[in-house]
Amino acid sequence: MGEHHHGPAKGLTRWLYTTNHKDIGTLYLWFSFAMFILGGSFAMIIRAELFQPGLQLVHPEFFNQMTTMHGLVMVFGAIMPAFVGLANWMIPMMIGAPDMALPRMNNLSFWILPFAFAMLASTLFMQGGAPNFGWTFYAPLSTTYAPPSVTFFIFAIHIMGASSIMGSINIIATVVNLRAPGMTYMKMPLFVWTWFITAFLLVAVMPVLAGAVTMMLMDIHFGTSFFSAAGGGDPVLFQHVFWFFGHPEVYILILPGFGVVSQIIPTFARKPLFGYASMVYATASIAFLSFIVWAHHMYTVGLPVAGELFFMYATLLIAVPTGVKVFNWITTMFKGSMTFETPMLFSIAFVFLFTVGGLSGVMLAMAPVDFQYQDTYFVVAHFHYTMVAGAIFSLTAATYYWLPKWTGRMYSETMGKTHFWLSFFAFNLTFFPQHFVGLAGMPRRIPDYALQFADFNMVSSIGAFFYGSSQILFLFNVIRTIRSGRPITDPKVWEGAQGLEWTVATPAPYHTFTTPPEVK
Amino acid sequence: MFLKAKRLSKLTLGPVLLFLSLISNGAWAAEAESWRHRFQFNLPIGATDVGAQIYGLHMLVFWICVGVSVVVFGAMFYTVFAFRKSRGAVASQFHESTTLEIAWTIVPFVILIGLAFPATKTLLEIYDNKSADLDVMITGYQWKWKYEYIDPQGNNVSFFSSLRTPQSEIYNEEAKGQDYLLEVDEPLYLPVNKKVRFLVTGNDVIHSWWVPELAVKRDAIPGFVNEAHTKAIKTGIFRGQCAELCGRDHGFMPIVVNVVSQDEYDAWLGKKKAEATELKALMEKEFTLPELVERGKGVYERTCVACHGVNGEGGIGKPLAKSAIATGDIKTHLGIVIHGKAGTAMQAFGGQLNEVDLAAVVTYERNAFGNNMGDSAQPVDVYKLKKGQ
Repeated sequence: MGEHHHGPAKGLTRWLYTTNHKDIGTLYLWFSFAMFILGGSFAMIIRAELFQPGLQLVHPEFFNQMTTMHGLVMVFGAIMPAFVGLANWMIPMMIGAPDMALPRMNNLSFWILPFAFAMLASTLFMQGGAPNFGWTFYAPLSTTYAPPSVTFFIFAIHIMGASSIMGSINIIATVVNLRAPGMTYMKMPLFVWTWFITAFLLVAVMPVLAGAVTMMLMDIHFGTSFFSAAGGGDPVLFQHVFWFFGHPEVYILILPGFGVVSQIIPTFARKPLFGYASMVYATASIAFLSFIVWAHHMYTVGLPVAGELFFMYATLLIAVPTGVKVFNWITTMFKGSMTFETPMLFSIAFVFLFTVGGLSGVMLAMAPVDFQYQDTYFVVAHFHYTMVAGAIFSLTAATYYWLPKWTGRMYSETMGKTHFWLSFFAFNLTFFPQHFVGLAGMPRRIPDYALQFADFNMVSSIGAFFYGSSQILFLFNVIRTIRSGRPITDPKVWEGAQGLEWTVATPAPYHTFTTPPEVK
Repeated sequence: MFLKAKRLSKLTLGPVLLFLSLISNGAWAAEAESWRHRFQFNLPIGATDVGAQIYGLHMLVFWICVGVSVVVFGAMFYTVFAFRKSRGAVASQFHESTTLEIAWTIVPFVILIGLAFPATKTLLEIYDNKSADLDVMITGYQWKWKYEYIDPQGNNVSFFSSLRTPQSEIYNEEAKGQDYLLEVDEPLYLPVNKKVRFLVTGNDVIHSWWVPELAVKRDAIPGFVNEAHTKAIKTGIFRGQCAELCGRDHGFMPIVVNVVSQDEYDAWLGKKKAEATELKALMEKEFTLPELVERGKGVYERTCVACHGVNGEGGIGKPLAKSAIATGDIKTHLGIVIHGKAGTAMQAFGGQLNEVDLAAVVTYERNAFGNNMGDSAQPVDVYKLKKGQ
């Protein structure tokens, strides 16, 4: 390696061959934004069809492909890679490491992703159409009754899983081995902690997903009957296996977001995080609980009553560590000296709206009442409060927060705040009425609905069009910042910022911490 | 144009009414019947005791959430308002307080225990499927429901129940009726004040039988027979939908339940049994070609038209007009209708239609759409083919 600092290679090969954590982080972030736009455009088609009762734009079979692809692309293409991108950029800089521990694997784990998603997207043009069985792909709808493209879907899931597993192993190896001298575990920034825990979740559950899709593949092509009752198999087994992956998965999507707001709120409150240790323990508790609550997605499949009770109690318990987190964020702001730059606005909205999603989660946890909520728009509203106002808002906050450090240029605060207020209002306009139609009895994943659901659906669609189009402003603001934002050189960027990433020059040089810093 | 303007004015009125209803607890609902179908925003209390309990639990947990929100968001908005740098707030540097942290762990825990108790009680009641007065087997099909009244004497009555809303309403060629997408050709009849046990299963993929006002939602899973029960304490028509994604027409397989007095129920069941006896007689009858064509036209329009088109021009399904099958060997034609065609959307109708209807619809297809084959199938032919003779 030597002492000299060399810059990046030129041209396309820089990106193809790069092993630099910042380059790979950038690739992940742009890729995930592209997927966000793709998945978002599927959502626009869904909301356009649901604007009024009756079928106006698409056929039911295409509608089902849209709901399926929207879910898959947003979960596996937008949110997960975006957090991996942030991890790549920030974890080495936060723990004083020169790079990720396994840089070549890092390159591989990114570059297989575009192939996976190209394959998944190509199914839209295949005979029989794209996967149409929902992102939860319950058998036998996804096996015996699936379109031929399901095989490509399975292969795409395998590649995404491999990418995630490699990414998480890399994060674990980096955190365990490359912390700067003096950076003990209990001194690590919370973003690093939440990702460290998330990485273990990923390593534990992605193979389970791989197992589920492999059994599907066997059922479809090799005559086995894992999930086919006619051959002695068990369709409910699929749901158990899927949700044993799926429930930890939803925490995988949100825990790094907890980490992000735990970095941003102290910065703009100019006050240390209230309970650092309890935040770490709460994250670990949530991760543990995520393994023993999976069947709360299956209250209506006919579990024995003892199982039903166990999963209800365990699920209700999650409210305790989640509450600890929310209380911590609020007490961190209490008696601070707050300013409201765009990242802080998104973080406060995160705390507010994620709590709304958490409260509807408590309602959903109640098994007897869930017989009425299950598979309605109430559930759709609930998980969009956690996934959009949770994961996506935290990702947006993170982008505004660290963008000046990455580029050495300041974004437009006016445009950022406009983006925030549009997103905030449009988000609530879209998803709050969905609680109502769900309670009133509208099932999810239907292309057309009875007349009593018409009004709220129209409101929801209008909100969705606003939300979708206001993300263009975000893209524009980021591009404008990179090309012609106001140059800044202050390493700290934000007055109240703490942590090693703010000690390196702005913009962050191509190589940082080639000699490890000393942490007191 | 006029329709649109009308809609818009209702749209702007809606939120106002919604707000009023929130503060007056739905007082307007009774006075304005025309609003029955608009801006519904809560669970129905329904027609069963269990449903009322569920509703009570729902409102309990809802108000607890509101209470928690008021405290948490109140604290948050006060903080955001009071400790701004622009108002000269200076940051204190305190952190950690064991007392506070123990308190905010214990308090939610206690609230959750308070929720778990009534929830457990209601759940045990939902699971108590013992000593039912009546058993009904429910089977989910792509995309209709089959109901079978289990008779201890072996005289079961069974029928299919499918969407009655015409395609023309779905595709916006005609005005939509009041019960758009929530209407069926044959509703399920249940007697009031009787505990009914449902045995729920699926024929092909997983469906979920859900009627909010009867407080029943059970997944219909192939290879499993799930149990559920309901006991309606008032008569009425209750509507529901399939709640589990089951393929193309998942949104188009509603459920309608007529809860009626015991007398009405008995009369209805008697009529159904008579129909079954009549069908048996029809099975042995030799039909003329025009009789079969007339009956087959009705069957075609209920069962086949969605895929094969009004004039046999095809759509999701193959065209029937001048098709090789409809103008070829009649046994092959019958076989495809009875057994379906693997790997296509063509289902096996052998288990869904009776022998008379199967014979009639095949005869109709061979003599309509310009096919003019002039041949016909009799119920007995269908019976033999089904038995593999």
